[in-house]
Amino acid sequence: MIAEKGLITSGHASDGTHETFTLNLGPQHPAAHGVLRVLMTMDGEWIQRAEPIIGYIHRMHEKMGENRSWAKFLPNTSRIDYLSAMNYTHAYVGAVERALKIEVPERAEYARVITSELNRISSHMVWWGALLLDLGGFTPILYAFDDREKILDLLEGLCGARLTYCYYRFGGLYNDVDDAFLKGTRDFVAHMKPRLTMYRELVTDNIILRKRLTDIGPISADMCRRYGATGPVIRGAGVAYDVRTVEPYSVYPKLKFKIPTYPQADSMARYLVRMDEMEQSLSIIEQALDLIPAGPFMAPKVPRVIKPPAGDYCYAVEAARGRFMVRIVSDGKEIPYRVKLRAPSFSNLSLYEEASKGMILPDALAMMGSLDLVIPDIDR
Amino acid sequence: MSLKTAIRETYDGFKSLITGMRITAREAAKPTITVQYPHETLPMPDRFRGHVKLILDPATGQAKCNACGLCVRACPSNSLEVDGAKREGEKRKSVSKYELDFTTCSLCGCCVEACPSDAIEYSKEYNVVSRDRDDFAKMDIYKRLQAESEEWKKTHPTPPAPPAEAAPAATPTPATPVAATSSPAAAPVVAPAATPAKPATSAPVPAPAAASPAAPEQKPT
Amino acid sequence: MIDFLNLEPVRILLYLVAICAFVGANAAYLVLAERKGAGRIQRRPGPNEAGPAGILQPLADGIKLLAKQVMVPPGTDALLFRAAPLMVMAPPLMCLATIPFGDSIVAVNLNIGLLFVFSFGSINVMALMLGGWASRNKYAIISAARVVSQSVAYEIPMLLVVITMLMVTGTLDLSEVVKQQAGWFWHWNLFKVWVNPLMPVTFVIFFTCMLAETNRAPFDMAEAESELVAGAFTEYGGMGFGVFFMAEYANIVVGCCLATILFLGGWQSPIGALSGGLWGPVWFLGKMYALIFTVIWIRWTFPRTQFYSLLNLSWKILIPVSLGTLLLTGAMMKLMPFVFPSLH
Repeated sequence: MIAEKGLITSGHASDGTHETFTLNLGPQHPAAHGVLRVLMTMDGEWIQRAEPIIGYIHRMHEKMGENRSWAKFLPNTSRIDYLSAMNYTHAYVGAVERALKIEVPERAEYARVITSELNRISSHMVWWGALLLDLGGFTPILYAFDDREKILDLLEGLCGARLTYCYYRFGGLYNDVDDAFLKGTRDFVAHMKPRLTMYRELVTDNIILRKRLTDIGPISADMCRRYGATGPVIRGAGVAYDVRTVEPYSVYPKLKFKIPTYPQADSMARYLVRMDEMEQSLSIIEQALDLIPAGPFMAPKVPRVIKPPAGDYCYAVEAARGRFMVRIVSDGKEIPYRVKLRAPSFSNLSLYEEASKGMILPDALAMMGSLDLVIPDIDR
Repeated sequence: MSLKTAIRETYDGFKSLITGMRITAREAAKPTITVQYPHETLPMPDRFRGHVKLILDPATGQAKCNACGLCVRACPSNSLEVDGAKREGEKRKSVSKYELDFTTCSLCGCCVEACPSDAIEYSKEYNVVSRDRDDFAKMDIYKRLQAESEEWKKTHPTPPAPPAEAAPAATPTPATPVAATSSPAAAPVVAPAATPAKPATSAPVPAPAAASPAAPEQKPT
Repeated sequence: MIDFLNLEPVRILLYLVAICAFVGANAAYLVLAERKGAGRIQRRPGPNEAGPAGILQPLADGIKLLAKQVMVPPGTDALLFRAAPLMVMAPPLMCLATIPFGDSIVAVNLNIGLLFVFSFGSINVMALMLGGWASRNKYAIISAARVVSQSVAYEIPMLLVVITMLMVTGTLDLSEVVKQQAGWFWHWNLFKVWVNPLMPVTFVIFFTCMLAETNRAPFDMAEAESELVAGAFTEYGGMGFGVFFMAEYANIVVGCCLATILFLGGWQSPIGALSGGLWGPVWFLGKMYALIFTVIWIRWTFPRTQFYSLLNLSWKILIPVSLGTLLLTGAMMKLMPFVFPSLH
């Protein structure tokens, strides 16, 4: 239905009489946010086939997990998707806690939710700016980074790092949330609400942006299921799939929030899902700030040497880009037997070849921007 | 599409463009928010995680570290190299070499957490520059401590305890300041009126210039 | 002395030097103005290290670009590759020769000034196309194809608007066009709603087309750096790129000059008084830079349009509307004397 609704196709892309050429987009290209390479077979400006070639920043995170102790893998989890490090650490820490059957104190769980959601907002801000940069708008990224800086300052004051936080520990947190952080977060929420209105007026309502994203890059719910796409991509296809509600973890069941979905399944739907998610995250943070109890921030009995009992454990979180899952296999030793990382960007990228067929080059790049890819997350 | 909706759409589109321009004009009227980095720098928060540094024991003017090597074992990327030696007249070992490979360090903080005697902490230095690779690959943390130790000695003209006198490692090598902003000229704190009985409590640690706010306050005795 | 200055060859030479200097200084300092403007909008100071408040930045950039080797990539048509930057810089220089900056400050007062400006303005497109084509680069080729179709699409509504203005003014002589707009600002063509109630719309169409013709954001399909790396200039380095870059600003200057003359009363004062003599260039440059500032402001506010919506905008909105204004103007000019004989 969307394909009929104004998606431009070349009309002669498939009759084989036209000369095609190969366009090597990346690994160094302004739109390739890092080192993604897309090999495109083009007919004029129309894409006949776009094949993403990955692996330029493969760092063997999974293998690294197999040759170091459980605790030593913790810093790695911040570096898989450097934009939502908190969420990723949460998944790994959660998996190990599940294996060790550690009960995490309430205060730590609320702190995790607050920092995770702050991290989600900051990640969406980077996406927003980078998408606009892909579309040729330069100013929004600086406004977004201005606000993101406030989040980074908050998190830096809390755990000492701005990007690769490594803040969660097995059984709790690295250090306690202080009053300065809680107050700063409250101030940030109050500051951010009018800013989101400004974002909407400046960009979302803009006719040029609407024309560039509406009905562009349809990704149906069926396609999402086939490729395992999650996060805002599947919610933009009208499916309310969010790990926070379908496999509740941490204290999310105690908080009220909506899962924004848009049925249009185009780039605009994915855009709007993320913009709404920022609002929802702010509301989650507000509730969590009201509910956070006093108490310890570390579980009382965490063994000094982590040795989970032999077995197979999973823990999934809703990261900024979708479902991130850590599966750990332990054979009861000090070193994991296997650490499997299920990264959302990888699945979200794999549908690109099918989805971009017959699109015009700028639209294909706009669609790639709406997928919110983080290349280190794809390659791991 | 009827003509009416077409006109409506064009009008709305034009209005959205004007709104956008109004917003950028409003933002342009606000003051700038950038920090002109080399000319001005931001203070680091208390919990900032820089590279590790050894903590000076205010009682002895020596490192608290006893080279147990737990931090070396905790490090995920094998960046630390620690060696200890027994000083004369002491039962415990104490640190004689503490090298950090800053090129592989990921500032995760595992070493600080692992330390049983709270002998290492995070430095507040963040603009660490050098022309020499070895300044990073073999960052000599112990040498920095010795520089601090020298400072400490200056503020403690009469060594209160005999061990400090017999320190063999106190070769007065001036630390090559790697940090761009740190000037070693911390305002020399005049030692309070000597009460030789209990000098330890009154001795302020001469903080390096990047004045870590965590520096212990000077307590009147 | 006066006789010497009035000698035709000397006069032409002087104007040539003046125009080259004007274009050069404008191109260099508009880059700085653009970067400073972008900085303000994005709440940062912009370039501020070279000289006080970054005033020497264009000089530093120029020296850097001049110091670089002009590379001709192997396998390209070297002649065309080298000719393209020259061809892109020459037309705005030619156009400025006929622009009246004051009531007597004009290099060549042609009676077909408007025609002259538009015919030379169109060469710009060919230069970009040649540059893209001669580069032997896929991104540059795509960009060249875009430039041509974009230019074809926007030349039409622009010329339709100009024809409308021709009907209103009745002359191709740019100085004459300005002289007709003497007096208070409601005598400017922009506000002559009794001639054509859609006159402000006509101005907006002209301004939009000018943005598209000069390949400015949000219509910068030729550069489109997130898609085509640097478009037609991808293979150019050093001063080859520098000339393309400067030509963009020179073209903006020409476009804004034209808009000032056609719609904003050229060197006429908006308040009736304070006109003539040295006030002429002051008013003219003031209006022109206000327009250029708007161009910069627009660039740093909007995302880039999509290529087909750019063409849709031209073919589906701008051309019909400009045809409408043309018809309306013609009808009004013929009918108004009958309806309100006292006005004419």
